[in-house]
Amino acid sequence: MSARSDLPRWVDIGLIPALNLIIAFVMAGLVVLVIGENPFRALSILLGEPLFSLQGWCNILYYATNFIFTGLCVAVAFHAGLFNIGGEGQAYIAGLGAATPGLFIGAALAAVLPNALSQPITLLICLVCSFLVGGLWGLFPGYLQAKRGSHIVITTIMLNFIAASLMQYMINRVYRPLGMQAVESRAVNDAYIWNLREIGRAFGAKLPSTPLTPVIFIALLAAFAVWYLLWRSKLGYEIRAVGANQDAAVYAGINPARIIMITMMISGGLAGLLAFHEVLGTQHRLVLEYVQGAGFVGIAVALMGRSHPVGIVLAALLFGLLSEGGTQLSFEIQTISKDLVVVIQGLVVLFMGALEQAFHPWLERYFRREG
Amino acid sequence: MSTAIPAIELIGIDKRFGAVHANINVSLAIAQGSIHGIIGENGAGKSTLMSILFGFYHADKGEIKLRGQPVKIRSSTDAISHGIGMVHQHFMLVEPFTVLENIILGAEGGSLIGPALDKARAALKRLADEYELDVDPNAIVGELPVGLQQRVEILKALYKGAEVLILDEPTGVLTPAEADHLFRILQQLRDQGKTVILITHKLREIMAITDRVSVMRRGELVADFETKKTNVGELAEAMVGRRVLLRVDKKPAKPGEVVLDVRGLTWRDKKNIARVDDASFTVRKGEIVGIAGVSGNGQSELLDVITGITRATSGQVLFKGEDVGAIDSAAELRKRGMAHVPEDRHHRGLITTFSAAESAILGYQRNPALGNGFRLNYEAVVNQTRKQMEEFDVRPVDPLLKSGKFSGGNQQKIILAREIGSNPDLLIVGQPTRGVDIGAIEFIHRRLIELRDQGKAILLVSVELDEIRSLSDRILVMFSGRIMGERPPSTDERDLGLLMAGVAQEAA
Repeated sequence: MSARSDLPRWVDIGLIPALNLIIAFVMAGLVVLVIGENPFRALSILLGEPLFSLQGWCNILYYATNFIFTGLCVAVAFHAGLFNIGGEGQAYIAGLGAATPGLFIGAALAAVLPNALSQPITLLICLVCSFLVGGLWGLFPGYLQAKRGSHIVITTIMLNFIAASLMQYMINRVYRPLGMQAVESRAVNDAYIWNLREIGRAFGAKLPSTPLTPVIFIALLAAFAVWYLLWRSKLGYEIRAVGANQDAAVYAGINPARIIMITMMISGGLAGLLAFHEVLGTQHRLVLEYVQGAGFVGIAVALMGRSHPVGIVLAALLFGLLSEGGTQLSFEIQTISKDLVVVIQGLVVLFMGALEQAFHPWLERYFRREG
Repeated sequence: MSTAIPAIELIGIDKRFGAVHANINVSLAIAQGSIHGIIGENGAGKSTLMSILFGFYHADKGEIKLRGQPVKIRSSTDAISHGIGMVHQHFMLVEPFTVLENIILGAEGGSLIGPALDKARAALKRLADEYELDVDPNAIVGELPVGLQQRVEILKALYKGAEVLILDEPTGVLTPAEADHLFRILQQLRDQGKTVILITHKLREIMAITDRVSVMRRGELVADFETKKTNVGELAEAMVGRRVLLRVDKKPAKPGEVVLDVRGLTWRDKKNIARVDDASFTVRKGEIVGIAGVSGNGQSELLDVITGITRATSGQVLFKGEDVGAIDSAAELRKRGMAHVPEDRHHRGLITTFSAAESAILGYQRNPALGNGFRLNYEAVVNQTRKQMEEFDVRPVDPLLKSGKFSGGNQQKIILAREIGSNPDLLIVGQPTRGVDIGAIEFIHRRLIELRDQGKAILLVSVELDEIRSLSDRILVMFSGRIMGERPPSTDERDLGLLMAGVAQEAA
């Protein structure tokens, strides 16, 4: 999906994203100005607060964990020529995979095994199930695209709504214990991921209060795994071949329908890992709407990261910074809500995606003259 | 029949596309009220010339006169306002619209559609009576058979006031009965004083309905005949020309056992037209069998069916004695020893955004030598590619350079190295030297002969007659999906030209 380009590589992966980002910021600054606030003050809070405290950095990494998963989800599909905008729904529905083993198998394991053993085993099962359930939710539109020709953009976005309704029903009617007021499941104590503060406490160290958990390492591992899959495996080669040129793929004996389904399974599974992180590491129970738009941020992250795992990790950090900064901003300036960050994100998507080509001809002309 | 002032005069038209000289100083006069044929092989420059007349391209040099008046045609709108209409090979119709809606397309006139439709309905009725051009104005175009769709195209041109009608390969998609009806329509148009230009490569059509015929070859207008005073043989010779045979040193073939045995192979497209029609032939070890023909006569489809990209409608493909006609996986056939250099290297042969090394394993990515199981051993891929690049003299020897950055000849060498490197029993080669420089052509030809001398079977498809004649040990000619006949490479060009034009003859 990335543009064909004759530009030097550093321009393509460095200068253009930077330019787009700057313009997105300038536009967002104008929005702040319209609200009647000082854009420079807003900027200094947005960037300054998170970057100059340990807690800020921890929170950036917490957000980045989610964005890496959803960014990888979008990127893997991109490489097969598919625009999966259903990461939101895939991550949401995968909550069933994350919570269910924790709620039911976990207790059984805890009964027969010591806690130090039952917890990791349960967590591993939860991890696999999160991936599988998210993957199945991705496989479904993948199947519809491959076999019925239904466009994946349409089906994935529709399935986001279905996932939302289904989860509402499941949590309310199936997972909510009788008599409980809040619409949520009971706590998943048998698969509990400690956050940094809790880990620190166990070792007698006082660390800042943050939802950051070691799942960030799983996210980095996933980024490496995606790189390995795409560029060092036979399956990844076939995925990229289908994405780059389906005629050539058929010539090479690759079955595009099969590849599309496998890719969507992997893509949905990666989004599903967000559920593992959020449900077991942050909420410790199945709650409503815990994805909070991270699935859509993943689109921006993948676009900005040029669908490359390294780029995605960097872009996820940037969007983590924006999310954390946005929270701070809404604290400090009453007239600005957290939604402004969504505006900035939206502008980035606009400039990275829709207007990606805007600077291209201009830059190409410039560099041709230079070269 | 010919009046003093020609309807159209093209004077010294010259057009280049980059390195390709598509039209070389072409001058042509077309008489008012005549049917004028333009024939030539693919790439002879017929379509370019007509596109210049219709305003799609601009000539680099030259002048166009209509009824004696010099005109500048900058766009198709200009052409239409000068009374020139064109019926393209691929119809320009909006399929979900009705016939009437298609007719007024581009001539709606005003913001309300009603008056235009009424006017068109009346005009349509008049045209139908005048020229035997009956079409239901309320029919949905997409639901009409191709012959009628073409009629809509003609009506569209006439409705916009065309005095000159250009038809580009109009019978390619028609059944013989539909073609006959089309010819009757064209004759009536001529009798009413319209001028018709017919672009085709089918000699029979030219003989059947044209008044004059011009022959194009390699961008030049090489001959101009009054149809009554010429014959099919003379036209075929003019079309193909006498060219210097590319010299390829080769020993006589020593054909061995049959490797590929195609029996009654038929493939029908979605519209149920047989694009490959009951084709039967064999290819033996140690020989090159060439399939000649003007492109678009079923060669591509034949290759697709044999190589497992599409499945045959009926008939058998025996490869090393086993029927593989039902296999529609190119991977399976590759495993059995069938290698394929595809006709279209940009869209099939390699992936331009992939590195050379990645393109060099296309189709062989599952080969155990390139990593076991899940893993693709990148180092092994790069090393293998570097070796192949050196052996096949690909320049530059840079396996990490993007495939699209190589020249055409070097791209083709990468593909050839890949396919020959797989040590196949049968190599199927489509257009091996299309868009390839002379040096690379010689190299590629030499490698193919070498492969033959190693006792491999080769099936070669090319629209370059020179190439077919210099490489093949036996030549088959394909026309309209059928194998028209077999000839030895020593046969004369005229004979081949006739077969390529669909004129069956007894073997000379």
